[in-house]
Amino acid sequence: MSEAGSINPAAPDAGVTAPARSFERWMGWLRRNLFDSPANSFLTLAAAVFLALVLPAVWNWAVTQADLWGDSKSACGGQGACWVFVRLRLPVFIFGQYPPSEQWRVVVAVSLLIGFAVPALRDGTAHRGLWVALLLTLFPLVAGVLLVGGVPGLPFIDTTLWGGLTLDVVIAFVTMAGSLPLGVLLAYGRRSRLAGIRTVSIAFIELWRGVPLLTVLFMAAVLLPLFLPNGATVDRLVRAMGALVLFNAAYMAEVVRGGLQGVDAEQEEAAQSLGLAWWQTQTLVVLPQAMRIIVPGIINTAVDLFKDTTLVTIVGLSDLLGAVNQSLKDPAWLGLAPEGYAFAAVVFFVCCFAMSAYGRSFERRLARGQGRQP
Amino acid sequence: MRLKFGSRLTLGGAIVAATLGFGAQAYAQSTVKSPTLDAVKKRGQLSCGIDTGIPGYAYQDSTGRWQGLDVAFCRAIAAAVLGDAEKVKFTGLTSKVRFTVLASGEIDVLIRDSELTFARNTQLGLAEPAVNFFTGQTFMVRKSLGVSHVKELNGATICVETGTTLETNIADYNRANNIKIGTLLFERPEEAFAAVEAGRCDGYTDDGGSVAAARSTMKNPNDWVFLPETIGREPLGPYVRQGDEAWFNIVKWTHFAMLEGEVLGLTRDNIDEAKKNPTNPDLRKFLGVEGDLGKFLGLDNDWSYRVIKQVGNYGEVYEATFGSKGLGFPRGMNNLWTNGGLMMPYPWY
Repeated sequence: MSEAGSINPAAPDAGVTAPARSFERWMGWLRRNLFDSPANSFLTLAAAVFLALVLPAVWNWAVTQADLWGDSKSACGGQGACWVFVRLRLPVFIFGQYPPSEQWRVVVAVSLLIGFAVPALRDGTAHRGLWVALLLTLFPLVAGVLLVGGVPGLPFIDTTLWGGLTLDVVIAFVTMAGSLPLGVLLAYGRRSRLAGIRTVSIAFIELWRGVPLLTVLFMAAVLLPLFLPNGATVDRLVRAMGALVLFNAAYMAEVVRGGLQGVDAEQEEAAQSLGLAWWQTQTLVVLPQAMRIIVPGIINTAVDLFKDTTLVTIVGLSDLLGAVNQSLKDPAWLGLAPEGYAFAAVVFFVCCFAMSAYGRSFERRLARGQGRQP
Repeated sequence: MRLKFGSRLTLGGAIVAATLGFGAQAYAQSTVKSPTLDAVKKRGQLSCGIDTGIPGYAYQDSTGRWQGLDVAFCRAIAAAVLGDAEKVKFTGLTSKVRFTVLASGEIDVLIRDSELTFARNTQLGLAEPAVNFFTGQTFMVRKSLGVSHVKELNGATICVETGTTLETNIADYNRANNIKIGTLLFERPEEAFAAVEAGRCDGYTDDGGSVAAARSTMKNPNDWVFLPETIGREPLGPYVRQGDEAWFNIVKWTHFAMLEGEVLGLTRDNIDEAKKNPTNPDLRKFLGVEGDLGKFLGLDNDWSYRVIKQVGNYGEVYEATFGSKGLGFPRGMNNLWTNGGLMMPYPWY
């Protein structure tokens, strides 16, 4: 609040300067949001005192006394954070055990993901539907071949070597891309007038929503091989992703159903009276309106899902958190849990915050389109 | 055709010898029938279940490569069976899923710092081929305390992880020896480490490997000493499925090959030299220069040479993981019997 200091008390009243107005706006904001009642004022002050006590210590640990350079634990003074550990392990945290000579494939795949996702997610892209379709069909195909390999020029990389943040992104993408279409189908199934389809959809949704994710992953990792004929195995990663897709599809279905129910029945009737067929009614009238209600739910599920990908460590896959956990066991680098977990927390926060920021801007645009405030 | 008596005898002997030899050959081939071995060979890769990360036994170095005592055992089996120690697929398993995953056939062998017990052997239907790490509840105390035996800990306070058998073991030990070792309980090992470092206790106790890990997290590890005794016992080793004795034998004898290598003084560096012209009959048998021992395992004759050449003998692996180049944990019970330890490979004939 440097503006506060720049106020000239001797200035004539008539010409309230811009800084002064800005100062007043600040004060008004503070009064409205932080000091609008005695209880809130107390909480604000308590929080300020707490932060004043904690932040300097955190800053001291993470920045002032931290060590970043060097190549062994002895390079760290021991007073602050030992970021040397994180810096040296960065390739493992990002790529897992993916062979270093092949890591460019991951970089290319992620660049492709960004290249396809940005036009698909941005407003005002020409042929946006086409981009979305490509993101869900062509991209997984190309990225899959790139990452798995086994074609001339690209040696085969076993999925047990995949890991780190790469694994989180792969699992999150596949789960989103798989569970969203399946969720839409289930949502329509649950609203269907055909009793058979409705029952199956309800049973599916309630079954998966009624079971903890951890149990589902355990089932996929441990019990499935017992049911398969001896020797036949399905890749661990595929099993985990399959479980996550089915599990999240149930949640997506409920999100989508909530959106469909939020569209007035009159909309559908009006569309029918105009002579639109069922498909046209849904794709041109109902779904576009339902989107406004669905998107926050989808983003919420996506953020949840991205964090849930860390649960795959339970079934022996090593995502970012798993890679951090493993690195903490290296005898040469024992005792660095705070640094490892702080790094993982920051990475996850950045990713999840980016997702929810996109969600908020999407909602704002939709709200503008509706001429309403969000 | 008439033959002289002498030549008839020779002929008869030759026939007998041929029959016997052929019989032994046929016997070896017919007995070494192992579905696991066949599957591993067909796949060209050993699937080995290990810990998700624990100092000493299985951990990733800064390049992300698996290292450790259990990991080396996996590589040794791959070297023996497939000829290449690198042909291993490591699957990190939590303690909850490890036995189910082994039973399902997804992995060929489980080497995950697992205690070998009666119940796991008989009730889970798993076989326990060898002990690759003998341990027990071990104590680490501040050097300045001047204590060199557990019995002298009377009146001392030890930091312990709660909810384990560690506390009860100490209570039993107190009662049996009529002394009083105090305990301070913690939920997580990290908290206990911090309390030890802060001087809230005189020492720390856990199984041998974990105490070694605890010591290396201390600001100054040399201020801490391990006490030689252990209370309780924990023989750790590999598990395989029952019903595949040939595979059981391969795992067992791979462990013994690493020990035998140490007994014979063979290391990664000197084994090529030793193989050139071995005269010692034990060495000749071990290296496969003489006899056909490999065949009886369903392997070739160079299998034990490859184990030492590609992975090293047990002592070398111990040094790199638990010993002076790793956690600084004394060999103790894991020494060869000739050095006062418990490691005694069965004889090589």
